[in-house]
Amino acid sequence: MSSSTLAPRRTVRRHGGPLQRATRTAAYHVFSAAVAIAFLFPLVWAALNSVKDRDEANRQPPTWFPHSFSLENYRNLQSFDQGIGVYLRNSIVVSALTVVGSVVVCVLGGYGFARFRFPGKNALFGTTLAILMVPYATILLPLYILLSKIGMLNTLIGLALVLVMFQLPFGIFMMRNSFESVPRELEEAALVDGCTDFGAMWRISARIVAPGVVTVALFSFLIAWNEFLAPLFILNDGRKYTLPVMLVNIRYASFNILDVGALQAGVVVAMVPCLVVYLALQRFYVSGLVAGALRG
Amino acid sequence: MSTTAPAEAPVRTPPLTRRRAHRPATRRPLTGLLFVAPTAVVVAGLFLAPLGILVYMSFTDWPLLGSPTPNGLDNYRQLGDDDQFTGAITFTLLYTAITTVVLFAVAFVLVAISNSPRRGARFYRTAYFLPYVVGTAAASSMWWVDSHDELGVFNRLLQAVGLIDRPIGLLATPGKALGTVIALVVWKFIGFQVIVLLVGLQSIPGEYYEAAMVDGASVWQRLRYVTFPGLKPTLALLTVLSVTGSLLAFDQFFVLTHGGPDNSTVTVVLALYNKAFQSYRLGNAAAEAVVLLVALIILNVVQLRLLRSRDREE
Repeated sequence: MSSSTLAPRRTVRRHGGPLQRATRTAAYHVFSAAVAIAFLFPLVWAALNSVKDRDEANRQPPTWFPHSFSLENYRNLQSFDQGIGVYLRNSIVVSALTVVGSVVVCVLGGYGFARFRFPGKNALFGTTLAILMVPYATILLPLYILLSKIGMLNTLIGLALVLVMFQLPFGIFMMRNSFESVPRELEEAALVDGCTDFGAMWRISARIVAPGVVTVALFSFLIAWNEFLAPLFILNDGRKYTLPVMLVNIRYASFNILDVGALQAGVVVAMVPCLVVYLALQRFYVSGLVAGALRG
Repeated sequence: MSTTAPAEAPVRTPPLTRRRAHRPATRRPLTGLLFVAPTAVVVAGLFLAPLGILVYMSFTDWPLLGSPTPNGLDNYRQLGDDDQFTGAITFTLLYTAITTVVLFAVAFVLVAISNSPRRGARFYRTAYFLPYVVGTAAASSMWWVDSHDELGVFNRLLQAVGLIDRPIGLLATPGKALGTVIALVVWKFIGFQVIVLLVGLQSIPGEYYEAAMVDGASVWQRLRYVTFPGLKPTLALLTVLSVTGSLLAFDQFFVLTHGGPDNSTVTVVLALYNKAFQSYRLGNAAAEAVVLLVALIILNVVQLRLLRSRDREE
């Protein structure tokens, strides 16, 4: 978390002598570190298991530290059903489509809501926010029917469209607020100089609200990459499955071919991009949580 | 520095913008419509239309293949006799109550750690948050292996510290399966709760604490009379999110327990999924979805009312 957003700003006055203070600090670190280790343990454990060789990864009971180092589990993923490459590609395509789709729709829409008046403005904005009120699990069923009627069932584009729709309340809200905080005068200067409306938005305001755009993109990516229920409804062809669906299929593979090493290698493939993206962009994540979470 | 100015977001600036909105905004409504056209298309096509279809479906006998036929209120009548659905409602409410309480209890401890000015607090905070960015399906797959009697590490750990003698089947009985899922959910989602609480804490002006200290308030009195009232809106919001999220739980149950043992951990959304894609009775599933939808809308409206009235009190 970015230290500037969340750093405690109150100075704590401590009582007692230096010895007491040292004891308290030590107790604090022992307890907090133990909890931190407990939180990180499952992630590290999966990573450790994924680099054991196949036999060791499936040993009962498990070995504490890898006796072997091998990429066998990752290689085995290549031969699971369609192969990890296909699922990885599908996940990347769905995430890319969702990120681009949500950013385009939310930047345009957020700008429209922030800068213009038009008939039906409040109704449309209200309906967009109402998506939050409707649990998405309940409309996946009719979405399944609808997509099948228009021939987009079982397509990555269809899935991405659904995910974009789920992103709209947060994204539109976020971008509208971002654009509202940009002084209109900046754009008017551009308009006077002969820019079109779109040009004024693109050349002036969109540059200033870039952090908001990154936040929307980041949230869209994490949702699209991790979503499980929507692909489960919308994709029914093994060649179209995304990584989370693949993982669950490995878990439900019949018991004699269940390969726990491959499963954990798959878990690592699925989680590493999220961890990397989050650690790189965490300040945008926190500001997005704040803007989104405090909307109530 | 967070550049989107989080503090500004909730406040926004409607009076300012409205005063300034007189020039280009009013004159060219068509341009505005063009900007929001993509939003309108997505909202109409992928939100309003499915909503309509859902309601229609709930009044029809809709097999997965073959043509649907209207059957009036039959789907709704059958809901009451559907043991899996009524059982799922009871179980989901139980799960929601326990999860919400446990999440808050653990979150308070972790917030106390994370809010410390000591060195290392930032590292601890990140450690608690990392599981949150891992997908629920990946996290649940991981936990499924770890909870396994022979292959899993959890039993080994419990044996190593001497709590148990032999593997205890962490998913073997309804009670233990629920406990394991709740542990997973706490591990996975607590980071979000902690961050939002930290943000809430920092919105309480430091002067309040100083004033309380000048008046000689003890640590507990400061908690009771400064921290808690200041956190009320945040607590209310987190309650809404935790309750809504838990009522819609699916991934962790689908992967970890698959509703078992003996259908003891079937949630409402899992029941809905089974009805649609195992029994192929889409009409019944739609009726279940409508019931869930209406229940959650009522819940949201009630909770928003409570939130607003609390805001007004302050």
